[in-house]
Amino acid sequence: MAAGFRLTEIAVNPFQQSESEVIVGFDAVGMRYGRGPEILKDVSFQLKRGSFTFLTGPSGAGKTSLLRLIYMAHKASRGVVQHFGHDTAGLQRKDLPDLRRRIGVVFQEFRMLDHLSVFENVALPLRVAGQKRASYAEDVAELVSWVGLAHHMESRPATLSGGEQQRVAIARAVVNQPELLIADEPTGNVDPDMARRLLRLFVELNRLGTTVLIATHDLTLVRALDAPVMSLADGRLTYRDRAA
Amino acid sequence: MSEDEKSPPAPPSGGHARLLPPDAGRDRPLFIVSAILVFLACLAALGARSTWTSSERWMDDLDGSLTVQIRPIEGRDADQDAIDIAREISELPGVTRADARSRADSEMLLEPWFGTSGLPSDLPVPVLIDVVLDDPDGVPLDEIADILETAGIDADIDDHGRWSDAVARASQLARLLAFGLLALILGAAAAVIAFAARASLVARRDVADALHIVGATDSYVAGLFQRRFFSLGVKAGATGAIFAALIAILVAVGGNNADALYFLPELLFSPFEIVALAMAPLIAGGVAALSARLAVEEELRKRW
Repeated sequence: MAAGFRLTEIAVNPFQQSESEVIVGFDAVGMRYGRGPEILKDVSFQLKRGSFTFLTGPSGAGKTSLLRLIYMAHKASRGVVQHFGHDTAGLQRKDLPDLRRRIGVVFQEFRMLDHLSVFENVALPLRVAGQKRASYAEDVAELVSWVGLAHHMESRPATLSGGEQQRVAIARAVVNQPELLIADEPTGNVDPDMARRLLRLFVELNRLGTTVLIATHDLTLVRALDAPVMSLADGRLTYRDRAA
Repeated sequence: MSEDEKSPPAPPSGGHARLLPPDAGRDRPLFIVSAILVFLACLAALGARSTWTSSERWMDDLDGSLTVQIRPIEGRDADQDAIDIAREISELPGVTRADARSRADSEMLLEPWFGTSGLPSDLPVPVLIDVVLDDPDGVPLDEIADILETAGIDADIDDHGRWSDAVARASQLARLLAFGLLALILGAAAAVIAFAARASLVARRDVADALHIVGATDSYVAGLFQRRFFSLGVKAGATGAIFAALIAILVAVGGNNADALYFLPELLFSPFEIVALAMAPLIAGGVAALSARLAVEEELRKRW
């Protein structure tokens, strides 16, 4: 990423206020895979509606595991995890889809369906939600165009560059206007210029009202915004609100 | 974000692409195994049906008749006695007809054991009367015994009871075996499909995960596998049923002329069999769809 790259001139979402609704809340959460060692230890934080937050930490610190808890791919081993006011421990599997539709996820490795076109990949959340193609086709096309891929509408993801695939992943994550957007190393596979463009895209989404959490070990990216930073090290979380 | 934003975007034309892509490398062996299982299931079903039909026919033949066996008496003409007795029996209520067989007929029945050179004329060969009854339940055994006693004839009356019991037991066993075999094959087919569906879910975990992340329910994901395996089951079922029909036609055409198959149940081709074979693809598709859905749902439930 280019030195001195700053986006602080882009105001943080006006919805972000200290008294606003908590979208995700963790209280003394621990997590382990099977009978393995504890990956996350006594993690506590809150993501408030409209906030923009970074999650940093070295590789292996537990960022991806924390994100897995947030997008409900895994259960906490202990502690309390709340999504949109619901305690995850009391949820049945059948309750998850409705909550997941309120969360958009961008993965470092994209997780596109390579046999589908860019348009079909972006439209996937709407299709899964049972909407008719005719009802969303134009909106999806507009979104694909908005992320700069109008000329790749019918391309297969595998034929696109890393940055283009990342934009497809972002478009898919936001197509159903989620309340929370989380991104795992979204700039890990792109050049600095594309990283800046992607970050600008996240900021724009945040200004439109989406709560954003970006997990990254790229400190240049973190320094580009005056947004709160949560740092993970050896499974423990520290919180730094730079705006305060 | 780029110049793309300037021109109004047009969505691509056409319908939805399949969310679960075909996997020829994995599906082909499964298709072959499924088709073979359906083929065997069809043969088992046809066998069960023909056993059922044949045993009913045998039982009807045995239940609706009896045989009077007249033992020759020194100084009497057994053939003439049989004719006289048959006439009297035929006049009894509930008797359709009574046919006296001659000594020559009896010798012909014994040919398989004694050859065609003829029996010694002084060998006492029983003479038979075939009695056909109107009602299998109304056998006039006492009346026939009275006629024989009055005429002073030494005879046995065989109502085929011991044969019909044996045939009934044998046919019941054959039916059970055929239906048991059919159930086993269907169970094996369901197990194979369930195994394949689990393997397919593992192979397509990327699809299942992507769908879950964007909010798909387990039912939605399982539905994709269900539709895919239904389609495979229908195609395999049609193939297996066609081959079973060809075998049945060959046996029906060739078997009817083969003396060696006289005592075996013949494969029939009535509307029932045609409908059964026509239903095989749907049944195979249903079994495949159900077992795939249950297997995938069970696998997905383990994930939370």
